[in-house]
Amino acid sequence: MITQTEINDILNDKSPESVEALANAARQMTEQYFGRTISLYAPLYLSNYCSSQCTYCGFTSHNRINRIKLTSDQMHKEMSYIANTGIENILLLTGESPQSTPLSYLKEAVTIAKQYFPSISLEIYPMETEEYKELYFAGVDGVTIYQETYDKTRYKEVHIAGKKSDYDYRLSTPQRIAEAGIRHISLGILLGLSDVAYDLCALYSHLKKMENTFPGVEYSLSYPRLRKIKGQDFAICDIDDITFIKIICLTRTLFPRVGINLSTRENPLLRDHAISLGITKMSAGSTTCVGGYNLPISAAQDPQFDVEDTRSVREVVNMLKSKNYDPVLTDWRRIENQIS
Amino acid sequence: MQDNNSNHIIVEDQPLEIAGKNFTNRFLLGTGKFKNKQEIADSIRSSGTQIVTVALRRIDLEQSSESILPYIPKDVIILTNTSGARTAQEAVRIARLAKESGCGNWVKIEVINDSKYLLPDNHETIKATEILASEGFVVLPYIIPDLYTARALVKAGAATIMPLASLIGSNQGLKAKEFIKILIEEIDIPIIVDAGIGAPSQAAETMEMGADAVLVNTAVATSADPALAAKAFSLAIKAGRLAYLSRLPKQKDIADASSPLTGFLFEAS
Repeated sequence: MITQTEINDILNDKSPESVEALANAARQMTEQYFGRTISLYAPLYLSNYCSSQCTYCGFTSHNRINRIKLTSDQMHKEMSYIANTGIENILLLTGESPQSTPLSYLKEAVTIAKQYFPSISLEIYPMETEEYKELYFAGVDGVTIYQETYDKTRYKEVHIAGKKSDYDYRLSTPQRIAEAGIRHISLGILLGLSDVAYDLCALYSHLKKMENTFPGVEYSLSYPRLRKIKGQDFAICDIDDITFIKIICLTRTLFPRVGINLSTRENPLLRDHAISLGITKMSAGSTTCVGGYNLPISAAQDPQFDVEDTRSVREVVNMLKSKNYDPVLTDWRRIENQIS
Repeated sequence: MQDNNSNHIIVEDQPLEIAGKNFTNRFLLGTGKFKNKQEIADSIRSSGTQIVTVALRRIDLEQSSESILPYIPKDVIILTNTSGARTAQEAVRIARLAKESGCGNWVKIEVINDSKYLLPDNHETIKATEILASEGFVVLPYIIPDLYTARALVKAGAATIMPLASLIGSNQGLKAKEFIKILIEEIDIPIIVDAGIGAPSQAAETMEMGADAVLVNTAVATSADPALAAKAFSLAIKAGRLAYLSRLPKQKDIADASSPLTGFLFEAS
């Protein structure tokens, strides 16, 4: 397995030749293992209630923002709007608040989502295996859980209060998700929060360990870059575009078959170029406000982060086609999840 | 045998028969990884393939502009695969769903429970074949070439056996050659070699040793000109088949001596 020093050396060499060489290797492997195809999904924020204090997040509990969660009627409206754009894979998100968005609320959301989408993923607070099982049987195919940073000291500094401040519980979450039978697990780090080579190295070992223990799970990785919130900067290092692209390419060459996601927090120019370098899945037409697609309640809200790529699903589909890529909207047919 | 005044070779070959249907073309095309649907249609046409595999998970049944189905001619058999199944039970549920959705009853069973190597799980594949064959499906199971598995699949009612040549998408060619040879020798239902064939020469080699057909996907879909690549594979498969029928002389490791060891027996005394 690659060492932290080796990762550092690779990322620090920013000569055009080294970037191009890595990009070439990554592109060749991506085309071999995935073809020229990009899967599309959309996030739906169900709630911004949060009991954790994460210094870098817009939803953090001590922020005085409008707290809302969607009612079932509002979920129908939002989901029907998203489904009409052609999206078939939905990512349901909440803040970290088991009190406001308990298991029963999430199951209800999944049950409604099943009426609109063949594939449902969640990005929610960490749970117990038995709770994940209930969500799996309710129809959940994938769960996203980012460790944010693997540097325990730094983790404690930025996750001040709430359940999220428990580093070890969060670290063991992917294992509990896999034990519940969930098909896809997405792992990630928040770039800029800590030393990037250290975090990448730890993420790769975590993934490797998960692959060895649960080989049947399909894994993907995400690399959200930390953004300023209201002018405040929480990053301890700036991840420039060259480093960001190198991280994607390096990941591809180390894990040929692992999916790599790219959200709309990156700008169109970067997104359009990243598709050929290792990205396999993109969000499109996204909003990061609760009710942001089609409800008036979103007007008075702060988003979790600002969307940089504001193009519609149709526009992203057309961009992919113009670059000779197949935009994959249909990538799963719901079969009842059962105990196998 | 040759015509009197032309170069046409008339070959006495039986068509490939699967579940009572005859196929004159022994090239099967997989439809994953293509950059657009038109290239799939062009590759079907240029190769003359009569069977294409499609993952049920990728079929948009609402027949929107993104659906693959309108790009497949009506006379081409759609072999739905169970991509995404991790167990026999999931493969069975996907196959039933395919049939209910109007995709027919031809199914390629793919049970994969390893996301890194994507190797099929032979044991679960046997279980799924038993269930689906008994329900009247035409079952083409995808396996790691193994004689015991193949025998169990024949017993379970499989229509063909589809052993992998090497890791899927790897373009490594006939790495499992010796084990596939055993299946060709011992198994009486068609052997369709699937996965890992990365060049027409490898496909020809597979046919020369007596495989009944070859399925190719990645090498066609990810080439710069898929329709041309599909045609090249189709021709190579035809050539390999003719070579097999011609019963080529075996390769020899040493030069054939002109004075055989037993020559003395025939020398005039």
